Amino acid sequence: MEFSELIRTGRAQAQLLRGPEAPPLRGTLCVTGHHLLLSPGPQSTPDLWLLLLRSVDSIEKRVAGDSGTITLRCKDLRVLQLEIEGVEATLDIARSIEALSSLESVITSFPFFYRPKGLRLGDSWHFLPPERYYKRVARETDAWRLSEVNEDFGLCPSYPRAVIVPRAVDDDVLARSARFRQGGRFPVLSYSHAPSGTVLLRSSQPLTGPQKRRCAEDEELLRAVLAGARPGARGFILDTRSAQAAKQARMTGGGTEAKAAYPGWKRLHRPLERGRPLQESFVRLVEACGDPEQSMDRWLSRLEGCRWLAHVKEALSTACLAAQAMEREGACILVHGAEGTDSTLLVTSLAQLILDPMSRTIAGFQELIEREWIQAGHPFQLRCAHSAFSQARPKHEAPTFLLFLDCVWQLGRQFPLSLEFGEGLLLALFEHAYASPFGTFLCNSEKERCLCEVRTRTHSLWSGLNQPKEQRKLRNPLYVLNPLAIWPSVEPQSLRLWQGLFLRWTHPPEPAEVAWEKVWQIVTGREETEGSQPTASA
Amino acid sequence: RIHVEQVKLLDRFSTSNKSLTGTLYLTATHLLFIDSHQKETWILHHHIASVEKLALTTSGCPLVIQCKNFRIVHFIVPRERDCHDIYNSLLQLSKQAKYEDLYAFSYNPKQNDSERLQGWQVIDLAEEYKRMGVPNSHWQLSDANREYKICETYPRELYVPQIASKPIIVGSSKFRSKGRFPVLSYYHQDKEAAICRCSQPLSGFSARCLEDEHLLQAISKANPVNRYMYVMDTRPKLNAMANRAAGKGYENEDNYSNIRFQFVGIENIHVMRSSLQKLLEVSGTKGLSVNDFYSGLESSGWLRHIKAVMDAAIFLAKAIMVENASVLVHCSDGWDRTSQVCSLGSLLLDSYYRTIKGFMLVLSGGVRCGHLDGDPKEVSPVFTQFLECVWHLTEQFPQAFEFNEEFLLQIHEHIHSCQFGNFLGNCQKEREELKLKEKTYSLWPFLLEDQKKYINPLYSFKSQRFTVLEPNTVSFNFKFWRNMYHQFDRTLHPRQSVFNIIMNMNEQNKQLQKDIQDLESKIKQRKNKQTDGVLTKELLHSVCPESPTLKTSLRFKEQTLLPVNDALRTIEGSSPADNRYSEYAEEFSKPEPAVVSLEYGVARMTC
Repeated sequence: MEFSELIRTGRAQAQLLRGPEAPPLRGTLCVTGHHLLLSPGPQSTPDLWLLLLRSVDSIEKRVAGDSGTITLRCKDLRVLQLEIEGVEATLDIARSIEALSSLESVITSFPFFYRPKGLRLGDSWHFLPPERYYKRVARETDAWRLSEVNEDFGLCPSYPRAVIVPRAVDDDVLARSARFRQGGRFPVLSYSHAPSGTVLLRSSQPLTGPQKRRCAEDEELLRAVLAGARPGARGFILDTRSAQAAKQARMTGGGTEAKAAYPGWKRLHRPLERGRPLQESFVRLVEACGDPEQSMDRWLSRLEGCRWLAHVKEALSTACLAAQAMEREGACILVHGAEGTDSTLLVTSLAQLILDPMSRTIAGFQELIEREWIQAGHPFQLRCAHSAFSQARPKHEAPTFLLFLDCVWQLGRQFPLSLEFGEGLLLALFEHAYASPFGTFLCNSEKERCLCEVRTRTHSLWSGLNQPKEQRKLRNPLYVLNPLAIWPSVEPQSLRLWQGLFLRWTHPPEPAEVAWEKVWQIVTGREETEGSQPTASA
Repeated sequence: RIHVEQVKLLDRFSTSNKSLTGTLYLTATHLLFIDSHQKETWILHHHIASVEKLALTTSGCPLVIQCKNFRIVHFIVPRERDCHDIYNSLLQLSKQAKYEDLYAFSYNPKQNDSERLQGWQVIDLAEEYKRMGVPNSHWQLSDANREYKICETYPRELYVPQIASKPIIVGSSKFRSKGRFPVLSYYHQDKEAAICRCSQPLSGFSARCLEDEHLLQAISKANPVNRYMYVMDTRPKLNAMANRAAGKGYENEDNYSNIRFQFVGIENIHVMRSSLQKLLEVSGTKGLSVNDFYSGLESSGWLRHIKAVMDAAIFLAKAIMVENASVLVHCSDGWDRTSQVCSLGSLLLDSYYRTIKGFMLVLSGGVRCGHLDGDPKEVSPVFTQFLECVWHLTEQFPQAFEFNEEFLLQIHEHIHSCQFGNFLGNCQKEREELKLKEKTYSLWPFLLEDQKKYINPLYSFKSQRFTVLEPNTVSFNFKFWRNMYHQFDRTLHPRQSVFNIIMNMNEQNKQLQKDIQDLESKIKQRKNKQTDGVLTKELLHSVCPESPTLKTSLRFKEQTLLPVNDALRTIEGSSPADNRYSEYAEEFSKPEPAVVSLEYGVARMTC
C-alpha cells in the first residue's frame, strides 16, 4: 500500500501548543507515512518536533475564518493543539492524520521501517523466555520439562512454541488437555517458587459445558503437578471470576473445575474486573484528571466513581493471596479466568514480583513481561488499539497491562528500595504498549509475530531501553537487593493515584524531579560540596 | 496503680481478631502494656481523648482508647471488674482538673535550673523581630500593653506603626472583640510591607470608631510603596454577617480610607472539629473499601478545609509579593484561623521559617498571640490542620524545608502530650502566672538535640534561600496524610523508608569525604618526614590494612539491609500476616463451607 494515497496535503504553516509548561512551537507542519513533523523556521531552534501518528488516539478539528485548530489526544494521555493556517490545509491534514493513525496492517506499521543508529536488527530478540526460564527451573527441580508440543502453534495459537509442563505427562496428554481448555490454553508453569517447593500455573477455563464434561488427561496433568511439588502439597485453583459468573460460563461451553474431579485441588473465586468496565474506568479516570479547575469534592467523588483504585486494590490483593498461599501454605496455584489472557496474567505476573527477587531487577522484569505477557499471549494489539480518549466504542480494548503497571508502581512506592527500576521504566512500557517504534508489543500472540516476522524485521524495545543513555531515566538509584518477599499493604489508605502517569501532562511535578536528581547525586556521591550542611546554616 | 494480667491487645485493622496477650499497668502518668515479647506500648494519660467500654464478649470486656495523636488501642480485659477499674481510673487520670497536675509540672529530664533556662532561651522572639527589621522608621515597639491593661490575651511587647499613638491604640482596642487591636505579625523587609492581625471590629450594623480607622490608616501609611492595604476576613461571608447582629462584624470599606476588604471563607473551629472527627471515623473503619474511603474523604470535607487555609495563605503572600501591599488578617477573635493564615503566609514568604529553628519560632509565635490550643481537654484541629498544610507544602516542594515529616509528627505528639511547657497556657499572661519557665521544660532543645532524625536530606539551603513558595492548589495535589492519621498503624506504611536510606548515604558521603581528607593529610605528613624512595612502600603498608574507606563502605552494605534508624517505621519485607489479604488465606485451612462471604462484601470465595 502507498501511504501517499492517504496523505492529502504535503505541508502547512502551523503553531503547536503543548500545554501550559512547554513554549509553543511555530513552523512548517508536514505529514509523512508514519509521523507528524513540525520543523521550525531557520531562525529558531533547530529541533524538529516529531509525533508518531500511531500514538494519536483521537482527533478533533475546528475551523474559524481562514485558519483551523486540530486537537490531538494521544495514547500516552498528552493533549496537543495545532493551529494551522488555511481551512483547506487544516481539513486535509486532519483527514490524513485520521486515516494514517488508524491503519490496521501490522507489516506496514512504523516498527518495520524504524532503523535507529547504534542498534542492530535481531539484537535482544535472541532471548527466548520460556527456554531461558526453564534453565532456571531445571536447576531447582527436575519435576518439569520443556515441551515443544506447540512447535507449530497447532495446539494453542496463543502460546509460544515451547512451554514448561510436568515431566510426568507426555505430549499426548497435553494435546488432550488442550482440547478441554478454551483456546487450547492447557495448564503450564508460570513460576516455580523454590524456597517453598511450590509452583504457579496458568491456563484458561475448562470446557465443561452444561453437561459438566470431564477430561481425564486434564485431571492427570493437575495431579502430576501436585506429585511433583513439595510432598503433601495441596493445590488452589484461583478463578478470577465470581462463582456465579463461572457457573454461567457453562451455558456457553466454558465452566470451571468440578471439585470431585480434581482431588487435592480447591477452588477459590476472586472476581477481577476486565474488558469494557475496566476500559470505562480508565476513560473516566483520565477525564477526571483533565480538569484542574474542579472543586475538591468533585475531584474526590470522581476519583471514587471511576473505581480505578478499587481495581488496583483487587488485583494486588488477589496476587498477594496467590503468593501467600504459595509461600505460607505451601500450596500450588493454578490461575485462570475465562480466556486466561488478561486478569490471569495480571495475577501471575504480580505474584512473581512479590515473591521473586530476580523479577524485581531490570533484566528480570523485562524477562517477566516478555514471558508472562507477550509470549503468554496477552492480545496487545486488540487491548491497546485505543487508549482513554478514543470516541469509538471499545470493542476489545482494556487497560489490563496498564493496571499491571499501576500495581507495580504501588509496590515500588511501598518498597522504594526493592525494585531496580523506577517510574521511568513503567512510563516507557505504558507508552510503548500503546504506540511504539519498536516491535516488541506488536501483534496478539507469538504465532502472529512469527507470521509477520517481527523478530527479524523490527527492533526490540529491550535493546532500545538497555542503551546506556536511557539508564538514568529507568533505574532506581536506591535499589538494594531484597531477598525477601515483598508484601504490600492493600488498604485504601496505602494506595495512591499514580500521578506520574495520570497527571503527567496536565500537572508536571517539577520540584519533585529536581529532588529526584538530588537523590541521584547523593547516591552516586558526585555531589559538589556546596556548603551542604543545612544544620550549620540554619 | 493498677496492674492486670492476661489482657489482649487487638490489631485495629485485622479482621481475624489477631491479638497480643500481655500485662496492662497504670502509672500516675502513663498506661503501659507489655506483651509476651516484652514489647512495650506507652500511652500518656494526657493523650487519651476518649475511653469506651464496649459490650461484654465471651473472651472478656473490650476497652477502646482513642488518643489525640490518632492512636487507637483496643484491649480485651478478661474480668469485667478489672475493666471497670481501669475505665474509671483512666477517666479520672485523663481529666486533669488543674494545670498544676499536668505532666509537664512533674516531668523531670534531669536538667539543672540553668540548663532549663537555657532551653527556654533557644527561641528568642525579641531577636526575631530584629531579624525581620523592626523597629525601624515605620514600626515601633509599643509599651501600651506592658501590664496587660489593654488586652489580656496579647503579649507585653507589641509592634505598631510609628505614627500610632497610645490613645489611638486604646481607642481601637475598645472597638475590637476581646480588645485585640491590629498589631504586627510579620514584616517583609524588602517589600516594606507588613502582615498584621487583630480580631473582628464591634461594628454591628453601623458603628464606627475613629481611632480604629486611624490605626488602619497608620498601618497602610507605614508601607511606603503601596498605600492600599488588604483587610482579610478569613471567615465565610455568611458567618461574618451573622456576627453583625451580635454587635460584631467586619469593616465597612466606606469608613476606612485605602482598604480593600476580602473574605476568604475558612470554616470555624466547630466545623473543623466535626470534619476531623468524620475523617477519623472513615479512616478507622475496619475492612474499608476504596470507594467508601474516597466517598468518606469527600464527605468529611477535611481536604477542602485544608485547601481553603492554603488558598488564604497564598492570597496573603501574593498581596505582599505581587502588589507590595500590607495585609491585616482577622477572623472572629483572631486566634485560630488568623494564626493559621499568618503563620502559613509567612512560611511561604520567608525561607527562614522553613528551617528547624525558624519553624519553632512560627509555632512559638502562634502561641504567643493567644492561640486557643492550650486547653488540654479540647481536641483542637487547628494545629493539626496547620501542620498538615505544612506537610502538603513539603510534598510539593521536597527541597524547600530543612525538616522532614518526622519532625512534624513529633511536634504534633507534644502539642497534646503536655510534657513540655511550650504549648500550655493560652496567652503570655497565663503562661507567666503558671511560671512555666521555672516549673516546666521547653521542648525545643530536646528536638534540637535529636536534630539528625528530623533533617530533610534533600533540603537545599542555597537554592531555597530567597524563594517564595507558590504552591499549586489544584485538587489533585491534596492527599490523605496517612503517616499522620495512621502513624501507629504500621501495617499501612511503606515498608522501606527512602528518607532513612538517603540520610545514611549522605552520612556515608560525608564520612568518606573526611576519610579522604585524613588520608591526604597523612600523605602530606609522611612526605615531609620521609625520603621519596621509601615513601610509596611505607604508605601502602601503613594505610591499606586499616583503610577507613573500606570500612565505611562495608558498614554501609550491612546497614541498608537492616531496618535503618527508625525501626518503628521500617519493616523490610514484613510478613503477609500483617496485611488484610492474609485473612483470605486463613480460610484455606478451614473445613469446607459451601460459600464463605467475608465481612467486607467485596470478597466472596467458594470452596
